[in-house]
Amino acid sequence: MSAAVETHDQAHHEEGDHHGHHHPFQAHHFETMQQQFDSGKLGIWLFLFTEILMFSGLFCAYIIYRYNHPEVFLFAHKYLDTTLGALNTVVLIVSSLTMALAVRAAQKSQQKLLVAMLTCTLILAGVFLVVKYFEYTHKFDIGLYTGRDNISYQLQNPSMYPEAHDELIKIQKAHAAAEHSAEEHTIAEEEKAAEHPSEHSSEHSAAAGHDAGEHGEDHGASIEALAHAPRNTQIFFGIYYMMTGLHGFHILAGMVAISWLLYRSIKGHFSASYFGPVDYVGLYWHLVDLIWIYLFPLLYLIRS
Amino acid sequence: MSDQSNTHAIEADHSGHHEHVAHIMPLPFLIGTFLALLFFTWLTVFLADQDIGEIDIFIALGIATVKSVLVATFFMHLRYDKAFNVLMLLFCLGFVALFIGISLLDSTQYQPAIESFYNATATVEP
Amino acid sequence: MATITPDTQIDIGHNDDPNSNYLTSSRGFLSWALTLDHKRIGVMYLVGIFGAFFLGGVLALLLRLQLLMPEGTFSFISLDRYNQLFTLHGAVMTFLFIIPSVPAALGNFVLPLMVGAKDVAFPRMNLASFYLWVFGAIFFLIALVTTQLDTGWTFYTPYSIETQTNVIAATCGAFILGFSSIFTGLNFIVTVNTMRPPGMTWFKMPLFMWAIYATAIIQVLATPVLGITLLLLTAERVLHIGIFDPSMGGDPVLFQHFFWFYSHPAVYIMILPGMGIMSELMSVYSRKPIFGYTFIAYSSIAIALLGFLVWGHHMFVSGQSPMSAVIFSGLTFSVSIPSAIKVFNWVATMYKGNINLATPMCYALSFIFLFSIGGLTGLFLGALATDIHLHDTYFVVAHFHYVMMGGTVIAFVGGLYHWWPKMFGVMYNEFWGRVFCAVVFIGFNLTFFPQFIMGSQGMPRRYATYAPEFQLYHDLSTIGALTLGIGMVGAIAVLVISLFNGRKAPANPWGAATLEWTCTSPPPYYNFEHAPHVGSPYDYTGLKYDPQVGGYVRDPNAAPASESGH
Repeated sequence: MSAAVETHDQAHHEEGDHHGHHHPFQAHHFETMQQQFDSGKLGIWLFLFTEILMFSGLFCAYIIYRYNHPEVFLFAHKYLDTTLGALNTVVLIVSSLTMALAVRAAQKSQQKLLVAMLTCTLILAGVFLVVKYFEYTHKFDIGLYTGRDNISYQLQNPSMYPEAHDELIKIQKAHAAAEHSAEEHTIAEEEKAAEHPSEHSSEHSAAAGHDAGEHGEDHGASIEALAHAPRNTQIFFGIYYMMTGLHGFHILAGMVAISWLLYRSIKGHFSASYFGPVDYVGLYWHLVDLIWIYLFPLLYLIRS
Repeated sequence: MSDQSNTHAIEADHSGHHEHVAHIMPLPFLIGTFLALLFFTWLTVFLADQDIGEIDIFIALGIATVKSVLVATFFMHLRYDKAFNVLMLLFCLGFVALFIGISLLDSTQYQPAIESFYNATATVEP
Repeated sequence: MATITPDTQIDIGHNDDPNSNYLTSSRGFLSWALTLDHKRIGVMYLVGIFGAFFLGGVLALLLRLQLLMPEGTFSFISLDRYNQLFTLHGAVMTFLFIIPSVPAALGNFVLPLMVGAKDVAFPRMNLASFYLWVFGAIFFLIALVTTQLDTGWTFYTPYSIETQTNVIAATCGAFILGFSSIFTGLNFIVTVNTMRPPGMTWFKMPLFMWAIYATAIIQVLATPVLGITLLLLTAERVLHIGIFDPSMGGDPVLFQHFFWFYSHPAVYIMILPGMGIMSELMSVYSRKPIFGYTFIAYSSIAIALLGFLVWGHHMFVSGQSPMSAVIFSGLTFSVSIPSAIKVFNWVATMYKGNINLATPMCYALSFIFLFSIGGLTGLFLGALATDIHLHDTYFVVAHFHYVMMGGTVIAFVGGLYHWWPKMFGVMYNEFWGRVFCAVVFIGFNLTFFPQFIMGSQGMPRRYATYAPEFQLYHDLSTIGALTLGIGMVGAIAVLVISLFNGRKAPANPWGAATLEWTCTSPPPYYNFEHAPHVGSPYDYTGLKYDPQVGGYVRDPNAAPASESGH
């Protein structure tokens, strides 16, 4: 705030103050703390509406692709780890609870409890991102990037991406050699299928994909399964990364906001008469949780 | 955690406590909501592994909606918030439905055109 | 507050105390750059958007001059360069100028004064909105200088994915500007909802506030979708996610749905505030209460809501299914009803009024004429069969310029003339104000009316060259554009010159009854020492012209204004 504003603020308070006392955090242009709180509350709700509409674009894209290309979703979701997804859901729910308790603590002027609850929320947000990090790196290890970098796209374009194809052959050879004696036959078949992946083999590929899901760590098996991925599987991962990425970005932003709250609560700013910021950030945090509540079944629990 | 205050927790609008500008959520409601959310999370994961056919997506989304209503009502205080904010939220969700609904309205009709363009230009071997 | 007093102690309501005047109460660059005062932010926005308007105008004149000759006038403008020029003209004018023009510049200044408040609800967010606008503008300038953006302002895929030009800079710019717009809208909704003074019920609000409120609803609901659209487009270019890219199996029509879900309501973000200004001007300069207050108020909200249902009329010929096209066409016609309600009410307000042909009223009359043409030609474009013929021709160009330029910009300049004495405490030269209004009006019609004709004869838009048979129309249009340019520069010059030699403005030079005219001109830093008395915004009975003041004062002998027995 500029110096000029401060001096005018002071000057005004002396004459224009009808209420006898002013809360130190009451802005000059509000008549009462109640008005300030209601304004902030309406403001944060409107902001949440913009967030909802922003995410609705991604949900719209999701629905259109799922509706028109169900086979892609059925195949690709198996590369997502349901356990980790469910774990993250629980982490977010717990963090929502601690955030709600933090708001309650602020409303009741329980400073220590407020600091403790905000710290818990911050830690849980961190846990969420760490789990997300492991999920992402696992996908990157397999080569499940976005668009043309996605391994499934490259395997379907052996003429443009010979390296990916060569690697596939290599893995298949090693795999086959380790397994059984009838390797010549397998490679020939796999190669043929890799060069001509087509819609009619979707059942086969779904089975293979399931296989890959079972042995998530088995790098080679996953790549072999991906050679049979339905066309445009990379779009699923595009949508997946956009949805979880944007959501993760919101988690990050929430962590910044919660850190700010933590700083202010340690300084003892919040009390029963002034807890607006805790409430507003709380609402934001619950919305981030809400969005994940929808993302989890839509991305991880695709079964039909 | 201080439970003794629960008995007079719903004291939001009592002008006697003029410093309270909003409603304080009773602790049992928060814990109850939390437990219900955990239960529904377990339920949706459990149901996903059962073979219930085509409608499972709707069941999963239904459970998600129940969960989000719980979060909105209790964690986000909407139960005790101004009616205006609730109305605005519903209004906003109406626009989301409008946006998604109209975009979906004709998507199947032009998909063949996209398909044929794709087949004509894409490098992926069919 | 001024009263009718003896000669010796006339208080015309001009703010002579430099410590109280918001313009001079603090000095130095930082006192402006870090100000949280809605009035200063409004003034900074005003300067900024006129910079953008000038840039967009110069680009437009370059385009028009190039079109003097069928094969192009200047050799330095290649065909590609032409594409870049019209892209930037469109993008700069829509994103940098028209969308923030009335709400962010005039609205910021006027709205809190109209509510009788000291500031908007979130002053910091207001300042942030301005800086986001600046950053967005910088990104657009980067797109202008570094590369040759040539997608058109609509960024249609798949071309915007494939082109080598700097689409990312422009989409980042538009993304940031979207947030700037959201911040402004959010602020206004909260301000109107929670900060109205006790006596001001919803139906005692000035109609400008209704219009800004309706605009803010659109800004808050529609702009986030633009945000995600541009984010996806950026991801499409950087990560090739393939959602909009048909060569990856993506859906380019979906991009158009996304884009127009924002960009059609954005058209109403542009026109609704202009309509709000019109309601104020019509009533004040006819010295008569506005006719059909509730109808105008509700029609603003109706336009805002119906505006969300018609976006598909931009996609009649781009792959949308026939069923959707029929639905959208029908809904499109419905928007004309609230628009027409407004026009009829404005005209009815003038009926038997005591019309004062001051400069703002001249602009208001221009608006009615031009907006009616713009609105009615829209019906041809909303009808499916004629649209097939007229789509992507100059008819469309003329139509939306009549609405956007002839509607919003004319109303904006009229509003600027109306509130100028309040903003800067000076009166401009009325004669030259009217002259340049006439020049703008003539130049505008000369520019765009010929475009209707050549459009209906099949001249496609966005073409750098044309068949010789269209040359007459193009030349008329170019001459008109130059006239329009002179008129606009003149109109702004009249205002700027008044800053240096204008007579001191009284508190209420026009005899308006809304609250912003009860504080001094220019307003003090805190707007109102005491919360002002709220009466009817269109009740002129107590206001009498006082020649000594040079403006209107409330006659203490007049009957107390209507119901409020304060």
